[in-house]
Amino acid sequence: MKKTHIIGILVIAVAIIVIISTAGDASAYVTFKEAKEMYDHGNKNKIHVVGTLKKAENGDILGIQTSPDMLSFKFTMLDENNFEQEVFHPNPMPTDFLRSEQVVVVGSYENGKFIADKILLKCPSKYQEEGVNV
Amino acid sequence: MVHLLIGNLGHLLVIVAFVTSLLATFSFWKSTNNQESTWAGFAKWMYYIHVMAILGVCTTLFLIINQQYFEYHYAFSYTSKYLPIYYQISSFWNGQEGSFLLWMFWNAILGVILIQTNKTWKAPMMMFFSFTQVFLVSMIMGVVIFGGKIGSSPFMLLRDVVSDPIFDIDPNFIPEDGRGLNPLLQNYWMVIHPPTLFLGFATTVIPFAYCLAGLYTGRFKEWIRPALPWAQFSAAVLGLGILMGAYWAYETLNFGGYWNWDPVENAIYVPWLVMVAAIHTMIAFKKNETALKASIILVITTYVLIVYSTFLTRSGILGNASVHSFTDLGLSGQLLIYLFVFIILSIVVAARIWPSIPSAKEEVSAYSREFWIFIGATALSLMAFQVIIPTSIPVWNEIIEFFGGNSNLAPPAEQVEFYTKFQLYFAVAIALLSGTGQFFWWKKMDRAELKKQLSTPVMIALILSALIIVIFKIQVAGYILLLTASVYSVVANTKIFLSVAKSNIKLSGGAITHIGVAFMLLGILFSSGYSKILSKNNTGLVWSKEFPDEVNQNNLLLFLNEPRQMADYSLTYKGIRKLSKDYGYVDLNDIEGAISPLEIIIARETKTSTGEMLQPGDTIDIFNPENSYFEVEYQKHSGASFTLFPRLQMNESMDMLVYSPDINRTVTADLYTHVRTFPDPESETNWSEVKEVKAEPGMTFFINDYVAKFVSMEPLDEVAGVAMKDGDLAIKTLIEIQGENKTYQAEPIYIIKDKMAGRIPYVVNDLASKITVQSILPEENSFVFGVSTTQKDWIIIEAVEKPWINILWLGTLLLVIGFGVATNRRYTEFVKMRDKGME
Repeated sequence: MKKTHIIGILVIAVAIIVIISTAGDASAYVTFKEAKEMYDHGNKNKIHVVGTLKKAENGDILGIQTSPDMLSFKFTMLDENNFEQEVFHPNPMPTDFLRSEQVVVVGSYENGKFIADKILLKCPSKYQEEGVNV
Repeated sequence: MVHLLIGNLGHLLVIVAFVTSLLATFSFWKSTNNQESTWAGFAKWMYYIHVMAILGVCTTLFLIINQQYFEYHYAFSYTSKYLPIYYQISSFWNGQEGSFLLWMFWNAILGVILIQTNKTWKAPMMMFFSFTQVFLVSMIMGVVIFGGKIGSSPFMLLRDVVSDPIFDIDPNFIPEDGRGLNPLLQNYWMVIHPPTLFLGFATTVIPFAYCLAGLYTGRFKEWIRPALPWAQFSAAVLGLGILMGAYWAYETLNFGGYWNWDPVENAIYVPWLVMVAAIHTMIAFKKNETALKASIILVITTYVLIVYSTFLTRSGILGNASVHSFTDLGLSGQLLIYLFVFIILSIVVAARIWPSIPSAKEEVSAYSREFWIFIGATALSLMAFQVIIPTSIPVWNEIIEFFGGNSNLAPPAEQVEFYTKFQLYFAVAIALLSGTGQFFWWKKMDRAELKKQLSTPVMIALILSALIIVIFKIQVAGYILLLTASVYSVVANTKIFLSVAKSNIKLSGGAITHIGVAFMLLGILFSSGYSKILSKNNTGLVWSKEFPDEVNQNNLLLFLNEPRQMADYSLTYKGIRKLSKDYGYVDLNDIEGAISPLEIIIARETKTSTGEMLQPGDTIDIFNPENSYFEVEYQKHSGASFTLFPRLQMNESMDMLVYSPDINRTVTADLYTHVRTFPDPESETNWSEVKEVKAEPGMTFFINDYVAKFVSMEPLDEVAGVAMKDGDLAIKTLIEIQGENKTYQAEPIYIIKDKMAGRIPYVVNDLASKITVQSILPEENSFVFGVSTTQKDWIIIEAVEKPWINILWLGTLLLVIGFGVATNRRYTEFVKMRDKGME
């Protein structure tokens, strides 16, 4: 066997490992219900859930509670099926949190609680036009 | 008055630029066979008109920003009245249109240089070069053809973009002020990083254009000579641009580092790696047909990846995958066409000539330099492959859905850990290969010679690494490997450098670049691998039992003037400051207000951070009304101390709050501190119930646990805002309160007006106290003061130590210098051949 062939096989092997690991380590966009099922089946992978904050009819945001030491907070989130879930976040509230139109939480259930390690916010209003504010 | 002319002119120039780029492409094509033909002259002039048009477009857009024509959407969205000129420059590329324009600007300039420096390559190369410009200009055309919009013009009037009722009433309405530059971009790096990065982007097309020109004209080997120096230049500039972006992120953003494996970062890291791989095979092409073929493939891939990264970051496809915000200008279709046209064009041009390119006949020896260079290029390509596959997850989802499938793949949740676990070992391979490959390059090798050459560097590297491992207690296996490999690369390349530089310093580019890379790896290893969060919550108190135990709390709550212990430091938050032009930081509490956005008045005697005493009524200039700073003092147990001023930017029109870190830099480590949050300045203060204290002048008592002294009282003849009449009475009291660091003076006022009592309380923010004169007891010669308190001002911070980060920056510098030396060498070779009439 020629050296180039060995190298070729090695390259293909690495490429396959990369693709498999990408598929294996990729997270998924799921609903809270699916996340719960995963957790109940012992799957501890961190997942993405897309949703919004719970709001009252007048637009006030409901269900936010900051810890006494202000270092963490919890909030109520509605996923795409409008399933309501209390989410814990071990960091202070991100700056634009209350203004966000969409929230993506990355995390998982632990002891029956949903812990978000990361929160991605979509605040399109920031850059989009919403009038001139004379 | 709405300035219509300038926008129309700009738009017209864009169309001129588009048409001339098309004509230039066509006429360069017509002149490929005869470079003396009239087509050749025509092509050149078309290109020059194109350059003039692009320069005109840039000038027009900049004038709109600079003259603050807020009737234009671009000026309104990205700039404001009080923006200094250097930030007006960064406003220019705040919008996507402007950043495309920056890219085109560099292309235009580079095209002129290429026309001037090339002879035989001019026509075919410029044909492909101008063709890319056709697509770029189309992105900012803003023309509607057959009902479809092509491009997004930067010259849109606000009234045509925004639907606001004001424009129905008065179509000529012009806003008073713009929304301002995104606070994140108000940083000097944002003035120089985008031009550098886009110069890097723009230069990637040059090797690509030479390559396609070579394939098109049948000179499938010769194109490498002119392309190589440009590829090296491009790799240097692009690398510098990427690192500048990393440095900007480190200094401005809040994620606590310089690299986050975010799709935006990956999208540009990948083409850079492939370009570096291409440079390696281009160096080895002469003796090896495989390297030649690889060079063609890698150079084409680099440019396609550049277009692909443009597609990723500008089409909005990364929407849920990245923390960055993207504006979708509706260009995704156009970007896809750009991408596919260049993929298909490259394949067609390459396929035509491919059978004529000879294949390698004999097996390459493991002792040849070509072999090792090839292995290095392969490692770099795989390194790139490993990043682009997961980064493209949103694209895979789209493709699966396009074919009717359903895919909910998301990027890896722990992206830093995920990418690191692969990239770490690729980096080990790169370090080992860059150390060893150089010996094969400069010496004819066989087994004995190899042993002779390598034994000393390997010994030195092992000893050095062992020392470092012991001293810095490095215990992670992967880190030990990377450390040893990088140290080896530094030692081996230094040996090469010394021997090469002795004969001809101009040939030492490779060795310098490789030393730079090895230093960068070491810097990354220490600053990221051993980055330490100092502000870990050490109270042991985790909020409520609802949290699982393993939740890490990395932040520290600091109350005003209350020292907290953190690692080797005692930290004290001292309050909010404004940054003045001449006197350093000034306490916000001592500022009366602003007389203009850039001028403030001092309310009471105050000492600034430069030690200056300012008097009430002094007016001072400030840099930026949006910025406030949190003063945090670090006191080491050894007694040394320093003060950091992490920044807060408040942009009201954008409704944005942005925190930026401040960094204490020493040779061995950076101490990085940023504020996560502070009390919302718009929320109402909750005062406690009033506690009454009776005191006569001269007496001491306590206010919120601070020692206070009722010093004196005096009648007032007038009180601001109150009309005093005969029989009315106003008394000002003076109370001195001993704070932690200074004495505060409180002056609550008591008024009797029309026989009714009125009270003007006095608030001392630093002490979280409000003092009122409740009543006066003349018969006892004493006053009753009411004291209410609130929560003290606070901030929550994160503090991170980044050891040896300077090695990373030093490595970057070496990398750029090394590429510079190599570029110079290869360009000189090209010029020699050209002047001999060979090119």
